[in-house]
Amino acid sequence: MATLNESEAKALLQKVLSYSKADECQVTLSGGRAGNLRFARNAVSTSGAADTLSIGVLSSFGKKSGTTSLNEFDDASLEKVVRRSEELARVAPENPEHVKLLGPQTYLAPRAYFDSTAGITPDFRAAAAAASINPCKAKGLTAAGFQQDYSGFTSVANSAGLFGYQKSSSADFSVTIRTADGKGSGYGVCDFNDVSKMDTGSVSELAIQKALRSHETKAIEPGKYTVILEPAASVDLIGHMISAMDARQTDEGRSFLSKPGGGSRLGEKLMDEQVTITSDPLNAEIPGDAWAGDGRPRKPVDWIKNGVVTNLAYERFWAEKNGIAGGGAPRMGSRAPSVGAFEGASGFIMAGGGASLDELVKSVKRGVLVTRMWYIRPVDPQTLLFTGLTRDGTFYVENGEIKYAIKNFRFNESPVIMLNNVEALGRPQRANGCLVPPMVLRDFTFSSLSDAV
Amino acid sequence: MIMNRRQFIEYSGIGAAALFSPSLGRVVAAQNNIAPIAASEKKKLADVALNAATKRGATYVDVRIGRYFQQFVITRETSVLNLVNTESFGAGVRVIADGCWGFMATDQLTPDAVAKAAVEAVAIAKANAKLQTEPVILAPQKGVGEVSWRTPIEKNAFEIPIAEKIALLMEVNQAAMKNGANFVNSQMFAANQQKYFASTDGSYIDQDIHRIWPTFTVTAIDPKSGKFQTRRSISAPCGRGYEYLDAKPGGKLVGVTTRYTTSYDMIEDVIAAAQQARAKHAAKSVEPGQYDLVLDPSHLWLTIHESVGHATELDRVLGYEANYAGTSFATLDKWKGKDFKYGSPIVNIVADKKQPGSLGAVGYDDEGVPTKKWDIIKDGILVDYQKTRDQAHIVGQKESDGCSYADNWSSVQFQRMPNVSLQPGKTPLTPEEMIKNVEKGIYIVGDGSFSIDQQRYNFQFGGQLFYEIKNGAIVGPLRDVAYQSNTQEFWNSCSAICDERDYALGGAFNDGKGQPGQISSVSHGSATTRFNKVNVINTARKI
Repeated sequence: MATLNESEAKALLQKVLSYSKADECQVTLSGGRAGNLRFARNAVSTSGAADTLSIGVLSSFGKKSGTTSLNEFDDASLEKVVRRSEELARVAPENPEHVKLLGPQTYLAPRAYFDSTAGITPDFRAAAAAASINPCKAKGLTAAGFQQDYSGFTSVANSAGLFGYQKSSSADFSVTIRTADGKGSGYGVCDFNDVSKMDTGSVSELAIQKALRSHETKAIEPGKYTVILEPAASVDLIGHMISAMDARQTDEGRSFLSKPGGGSRLGEKLMDEQVTITSDPLNAEIPGDAWAGDGRPRKPVDWIKNGVVTNLAYERFWAEKNGIAGGGAPRMGSRAPSVGAFEGASGFIMAGGGASLDELVKSVKRGVLVTRMWYIRPVDPQTLLFTGLTRDGTFYVENGEIKYAIKNFRFNESPVIMLNNVEALGRPQRANGCLVPPMVLRDFTFSSLSDAV
Repeated sequence: MIMNRRQFIEYSGIGAAALFSPSLGRVVAAQNNIAPIAASEKKKLADVALNAATKRGATYVDVRIGRYFQQFVITRETSVLNLVNTESFGAGVRVIADGCWGFMATDQLTPDAVAKAAVEAVAIAKANAKLQTEPVILAPQKGVGEVSWRTPIEKNAFEIPIAEKIALLMEVNQAAMKNGANFVNSQMFAANQQKYFASTDGSYIDQDIHRIWPTFTVTAIDPKSGKFQTRRSISAPCGRGYEYLDAKPGGKLVGVTTRYTTSYDMIEDVIAAAQQARAKHAAKSVEPGQYDLVLDPSHLWLTIHESVGHATELDRVLGYEANYAGTSFATLDKWKGKDFKYGSPIVNIVADKKQPGSLGAVGYDDEGVPTKKWDIIKDGILVDYQKTRDQAHIVGQKESDGCSYADNWSSVQFQRMPNVSLQPGKTPLTPEEMIKNVEKGIYIVGDGSFSIDQQRYNFQFGGQLFYEIKNGAIVGPLRDVAYQSNTQEFWNSCSAICDERDYALGGAFNDGKGQPGQISSVSHGSATTRFNKVNVINTARKI
């Protein structure tokens, strides 16, 4: 029942809309199956699955709106969810920022759903975990990892004639492998829409190599270093910057893109000219969402082109208020972290070169190779200064070779400053729903040492 | 790991995309009747699941039938941006079969659907048992029979009309704008978990749990420099009803800035916040170096949470969280030795699942264990951890600490942090008296930026308000302040703790842990505390 086809979804949505007495009504329907398996200490620790199907209704009387949802599907419940949203809309005060619902839209059709992923069984998950655990056991190492998968659909219809339907699926795997004495740790991660591309054994093999190699670390002084960031290390930091590229915050003077005295830094070259960041729901590597949360179509967008800020994200109200042609680009979607709340990968695409990670390492005279960054949190939104730490594989590189493992660092760095210091970019890879190149950056600021392994 | 505010909003499904992914909860009408469902009805359904799984070979079964309500009122300046009431209703069945855990959840609360979920949970357990090396061993727990527990609230936040909450937040916003703010965002979060637990041990536990969090952020802009400064609310999310907002005079502490203990005056706080955000523009940028820190409870709760709370979770210590949240430096050998100096001798830290007004207070945990209070750090020495039923035997103990929690019926329960708090000093001492003895220091109020490594050694914290202390007196506000330290070094530098008159709880409404991520709510209490010679950095940059 959880994954309806397009005509089933449409019929159900139309039925719900037929109950509406509001000036405007929009209904969404989403459902699917999420499953996961978690392992630690070389054994399964938790594993489960959940089916969900929910309907959401937005009703508006003039500028007063209410939102409700429900997970029951008999006719009486469907009418109830509409009445409840209308009741909430009547209680709500007028919202001066109310915008009218969108009429029919043309959506792109990303191929985000794969039967392979929808067909995952408990035994499949156990086998994927075994491919990670067994080689660790054989080498006296300890694996802790997580695999989750989702397959489902989302559909939308409203009283102004809009309709959309999209299926999506995802499969993620990550593993942290530690040496028995706790002195070495390595990390491997991958995510796909199509689980047939997922090879938990080879991802684990990389993590094993890192764990073994990081077993004895040396401490080097904190300071500014050339770094080689693997895609899994930089994706979150760059993602935070993209999330902060909001037009309203900028116009209001409270963004890193606000200009002293008013206005924005849109059109200014703020980063190295090698930096180009786009999004495209049709990208075959990271097929994304066809529409944004407010129903606007997702289209290809240039966010940063050759270091120049070329677009900011607009909410509909702010775009209309400022007369932005075409309504502006919606904010990039994010992957909700909960079971059943998967929204699809509408991540960013950062352009790069053709070099592999190993080739980039060969080009570095003296630097630090970073596998993963952890607990990244904003320190100053004015400059987008973030702090966080390296973990699970940090190595010292000299004359193009990994020389030895080093103790982890805390960093205090802004992605804006970091992307001004680009030495080289490698071949982009999928990481956390985005395409990110491995990168060589100079003068990355490590502010203290961490004893953590 | 506490989610930042944006992550919390996204996680809670109340962001822009909320309508498109309402899977975390169905939204109910504004003035909906949320009276609990009769326990007898839930017992019938629970018994179906217990029997179905047992029949398929499960050696242990628990079922949680949960009805979870959340209410969000989200505003900025003169607008109400979102009014959301969510309700999530369903059941999760957890089993042990062939020595391994299995879990399945369903939102269909019919006997057939619940029985099917129970059968699937057994199938999952059996599939995973092939990989199992050590079977699950549960600490014994005698069935408690049919019992109930409710958060002791005076006013149920869900029975307060939304119009009243909107009126309060609009008054808050107006007060902010009148007092120098350019922008203000205010929110009211309320949660009610109606949780029914039944297990093959013979427990049938019905609980009604309430939590509330009023909060805001004000922003003051200096158009000339293009700089902006913010100040967030110093309220504490808590396990109280709407009476937390009654602004009782006895619920606050007056000092260089007013702080709140058991009752919150949101209007008073936002007026101060607007003025303080404006004043930050003229504050002195901190000179990096070593300072003695005087940390208010509204700030210190987060440092306790990250450097003690998470570090003493037994699942982390054992490696169960290695892939995500990490492990811990507080390893078993340190605990076994009974001489690991976690902090100075005045540092006493307790875990407490019963503390009134706290976010973590419940009668029973999510595997039916009655809650309790116990020592984690005694006279500076690490003496215990936080445990669930399947962990107790690993440290040679015979009972769980009651630390099992799941954030929804659809989530599998696992070890979550109880309230973990620093005990107040035994000698009379006020913050004013403490500051008089500080030669070169910084007094910090409110929590700000936070980050700690995956074994809980190296951390960095910011704050909301920073005051420079010179020769025993506060000389003025500071900005661009963050401190970095190492957990053991930091707690061993603890040189004075104010007495219980100054004790207050802070807390996290949104502590994230696990894969898939789950959030829980937890409080941390302390009185104002002094730490000597901590490394302070300056966070100002130019881009």
